[in-house]
Amino acid sequence: MTDKISLAQVHKSFASKQVLRGLTLNIEKGQSMVVIGGSGSGKSVMLKSILGLLTPDSGSITIDGQETVGLARDKRSAIDAQIGMLFQNGALFDSLPVWKNVAFRGLQNEGMSEDEARQVGTQALRRVGLGAELLDLFPAALSGGMHKRVGLARAIAASPEIIFFDEPTTGLDPIMTDVINHLIEDCVQDLGATTLTITHDMTSVRAIADKTALLYKGEIIWHGDQEALDASEDPFLHQFIHGLAHGPIEVEGQQLETALAGLES
Amino acid sequence: MTALATIGRFFLGFFGQTGQLAIFISQTLAALARPPFYFRMIGQQMLRIGYFSLPVVALTSFFTGGALAIQIYYGGNQFNSEAIVSSIVALGITRELGPVLGGLMVAGRVSAAIAAEIGTMRVTEQIDALTTLSTNPYKYLVAPRVIAATLCMPLLALVADILGIFGGFVVGTQSFGFNAAIYVQRTFSFLQFDDVASGLIKAAVFGFIIAIMGCYNGYHSKGGAQGVGRATTNAVVSASILILAANYLMTALLFSS
Repeated sequence: MTDKISLAQVHKSFASKQVLRGLTLNIEKGQSMVVIGGSGSGKSVMLKSILGLLTPDSGSITIDGQETVGLARDKRSAIDAQIGMLFQNGALFDSLPVWKNVAFRGLQNEGMSEDEARQVGTQALRRVGLGAELLDLFPAALSGGMHKRVGLARAIAASPEIIFFDEPTTGLDPIMTDVINHLIEDCVQDLGATTLTITHDMTSVRAIADKTALLYKGEIIWHGDQEALDASEDPFLHQFIHGLAHGPIEVEGQQLETALAGLES
Repeated sequence: MTALATIGRFFLGFFGQTGQLAIFISQTLAALARPPFYFRMIGQQMLRIGYFSLPVVALTSFFTGGALAIQIYYGGNQFNSEAIVSSIVALGITRELGPVLGGLMVAGRVSAAIAAEIGTMRVTEQIDALTTLSTNPYKYLVAPRVIAATLCMPLLALVADILGIFGGFVVGTQSFGFNAAIYVQRTFSFLQFDDVASGLIKAAVFGFIIAIMGCYNGYHSKGGAQGVGRATTNAVVSASILILAANYLMTALLFSS
């Protein structure tokens, strides 16, 4: 299978802090890749680098074989047009009602009429299990779960070939987490899209991942499918998926043992 | 060594900020020059920046015109002041006080609002969302605000001119017993087109400064609510200082030639 998205030896630093250290990752067309990792491991920086919101210091990021590093924003409009993105907190536009949020791309860039946009909004909301009565509400009137679902509706409204999910279940209750995971699974299957999800929620991993990769200190240190995930004896992966306090993973540059000893003393 | 390092850090920070602002302005100008143009957004911003600033600017200039008339009356010859009060109020308001005080009031109101709105969009990833939805934030967010403020400020300055002169007129005729017809006739006979035009040109520049500083500080805000608060303060302070500095430069240029 051909790679839809490919990262090779990507480095990114902020001042003296090295966040990505030679990150290499390949995502096949139609695959659902989930990248797991603790806070500060570089997940968001990786995602923003692929989206072109950050420019890597070195390395290569290709989408459909086209190099995107150093590509000016107006030169990557064809790439952007095939991407949908669900932000961690939805990132809905406060000043616009739900229907204008969902159909934003069509309204602003494709000359879509307001009637068409409302139809697109209605259809996209239906796909995420929401009714048309929400169309005229503003984001401030939505609950956290609805916010996320409207964000998902916006991400899939244009039927993109690639969808990114940034911690899609963070901050949600277990029931809403399950709802979002199922919606992601259904939407991705319907669209046949290639997806990249970053999360530290193992429930999401089990629900939506074809392949999983563990990011630690700016590098992918393990990757494999669901069976390999369960069978792996990798100590880093074992500590992460079981949520163990003790193990080889450091917290913010400090060994956990040292941190816990400090707390106990 | 510590003192030298502090001085070094200050200059590095200063030149870094100046360079970042220069890049921001150049990207804004590029966005202003090329389509798409978001006319509806420009209209919305003209309403917010121009129309809703009218009461603040009108009241400020009305009371300033009145106070100016009192100062000139008591500072000058009280028994032969009818000629100078009307003319100096008209000159002072149209050349300086109308555009400058109007600009400072709008800076406080609009620059802060722009910085807070765009800053909140930055820290809640709405600007990132715009970019991923194939929309250039400079065209969608910055350019409409800059166009609206640059177009609206001269109109607000014109309102400030009229109400400032009217403030002087009210004080002159009601408190000092000046003849209304003579006051008006002397105001218009002394006032020239260039006096008003110079004030309106200044106001357009102030409008550009107000919008750019609001957008720049909001766009580069970071660190959550505290960062947005800092951006708002910086926007008002930097816009106010730049308005006063630009006023001095433009006065020197316009009136020395």
